[in-house]
Amino acid sequence: MVEVQNLYKRYGNHTAVKNVSFSIKEGEVVGFLGPNGAGKSTIMNILTGYLSLTSGNASIAGYNVLEYPEEAKSHIGYLPEQPPLYVDMTVREYLEFCFDLKKAQFQKAPHINEICRLVNIQNVENRLIKNLSKGYRQRVGIAQALIGNPDVLILDEPTVGLDPKQIIEIRNLIEKLGKHHTIILSSHILSEIQAVCKRIIIINNGEIVADDTAENLSDKMSSDHALTVRIQAPEETALKVLKNIKGVSDITSLGVIEPGSFDCIIEPFEGEDVRRAIFERLAERKWPILTMTSNKLTLEQIFLRLTEGVKVDSADGETEKENEHPKPKAKKEINMQNRKAAHKAVFGDTEENEETENKKSKTKQTKTEKREEEK
Amino acid sequence: MKAIFKREFKSYFTSPMGFIIIAIMTFFLSQIFANLFNVNYGNIAYAFVYMNTYAMLIAPIITMKLFSEEKRQKSDQLLFTSPVKIWKIVAGKFLAAFCLFMLGYSITIVFNIIFALVTDVNWLLYLSCVLGAALVGASIISIGVFISSTTESQIISAVFSMIVSLFLLMIDYFSNIFNNAVVTGVCNFVSFTSRFNSFASGIIDFSNIIFFLSVTALFLFLTTRSIERKRWA
Repeated sequence: MVEVQNLYKRYGNHTAVKNVSFSIKEGEVVGFLGPNGAGKSTIMNILTGYLSLTSGNASIAGYNVLEYPEEAKSHIGYLPEQPPLYVDMTVREYLEFCFDLKKAQFQKAPHINEICRLVNIQNVENRLIKNLSKGYRQRVGIAQALIGNPDVLILDEPTVGLDPKQIIEIRNLIEKLGKHHTIILSSHILSEIQAVCKRIIIINNGEIVADDTAENLSDKMSSDHALTVRIQAPEETALKVLKNIKGVSDITSLGVIEPGSFDCIIEPFEGEDVRRAIFERLAERKWPILTMTSNKLTLEQIFLRLTEGVKVDSADGETEKENEHPKPKAKKEINMQNRKAAHKAVFGDTEENEETENKKSKTKQTKTEKREEEK
Repeated sequence: MKAIFKREFKSYFTSPMGFIIIAIMTFFLSQIFANLFNVNYGNIAYAFVYMNTYAMLIAPIITMKLFSEEKRQKSDQLLFTSPVKIWKIVAGKFLAAFCLFMLGYSITIVFNIIFALVTDVNWLLYLSCVLGAALVGASIISIGVFISSTTESQIISAVFSMIVSLFLLMIDYFSNIFNNAVVTGVCNFVSFTSRFNSFASGIIDFSNIIFFLSVTALFLFLTTRSIERKRWA
């Protein structure tokens, strides 16, 4: 439905979008994730024909945005970062204007009524947009994008400025729309993207640094399931023992967090599962494992890692421009301090991440089960 | 194009702008008319001649917001991402401004009817005057539309358009000041007033019509280019 190949956008010397390529199938809901100024909006503006591209290709529903702008645009509903409203019109007038402007092939009144019901703005239909609150303006903006029932919806930060209840409403709306539309939405709020999008494209400094499903991203970025282990044992000897286990590539001690025990991060070689070996080796010495957690990263951590990692890369020199998936590199870039901090945030604080806790308890369970089996 | 024209024209009257423009134009026209009536000229053409100067200074106020306001409010994102050709958007906005401008002249029909009651009226001369006013209006509005498309500020847009109008009004004096054949030739060629005056004296010269239409077309074209250019910047 949406095809982008080697897209570049330059403003003078500044390159806002570098070699971006992706393709979105019909019915997909894709999230653009990136820090402010990453180029999300620029890419969206190019897709919708508001900006032109410097080089590369972009097409919507098979229509090249440069060669067939009208056809391409007629397949798009676009909600820009700031909803494009005429404040001196009433909501109804505005939507009617959009209807005429887009030459929508529907019955005017019922179509607008339906959209108003969908985004829940019937009660403000006859008010001037000037007098509407931010949340309502945003919804009118979404209503505008829906007019003409376009195949592709491009929503630039659709929930910005809404209250939590409205955010949930809009999220549900997007999910509902996702059944019949192809949706691209952008956000710098991760939970948001995670909640609605199956596929996530992470953009930083105008480049795609990751393009995958949320689960896969988390899998791939977890540096082959490094383990965080809390062991009740003398630290130095235990570390030596652990290092000798086959398949372990690196161990970093995190120091004492729970008195009488110590925590460490065990990084296995790619594809190795060392959990059993660790258990057996420690069991030989009667050193109990108190916790063992797979360091599956939350989307937030992945995001931070990716965006930070890339910055370091580009500072080193722009040698690897074509590196669309700098995952192996990012892996090396993972600095332990970050991880330590993350670890402390998870284990040291009382506010524990629900997910990690779940996983923790799961691993605990499996551990105890295994232990019982051993006995 | 129709949708944009409709919205734009309506928006003049949902704000005080449209009423103010019509009020100002009616005020000036009435004053001129009153003077004419007192000295018993009985010729509406003079009203157009005098009014032309004012009208050229009022037109920038009509055009100042057309694109600059859209840009400021970012509503241009709606226009330029909808399946409409840019020249149609420009044309819609131009027509809305043009119609408001001509509406300001509409009071002259009343005046002419009043003249008709007291004296003989040459309606063909009146039509020639209206045609002249429309052509001058179209040209000056297209220039205003172009200037509006280059800036985000209404004020800058209005000021620059007025400077252009003033320049065009003063160009006749330039031709007198500089006693140079080339300068005089250029000034006479560009001068809106001398071309308009020929309409006001009842002479419909095709070269004048083509001149004004070309100016209008040129600046509307430049407007679309200026909008396009921004996309490529």
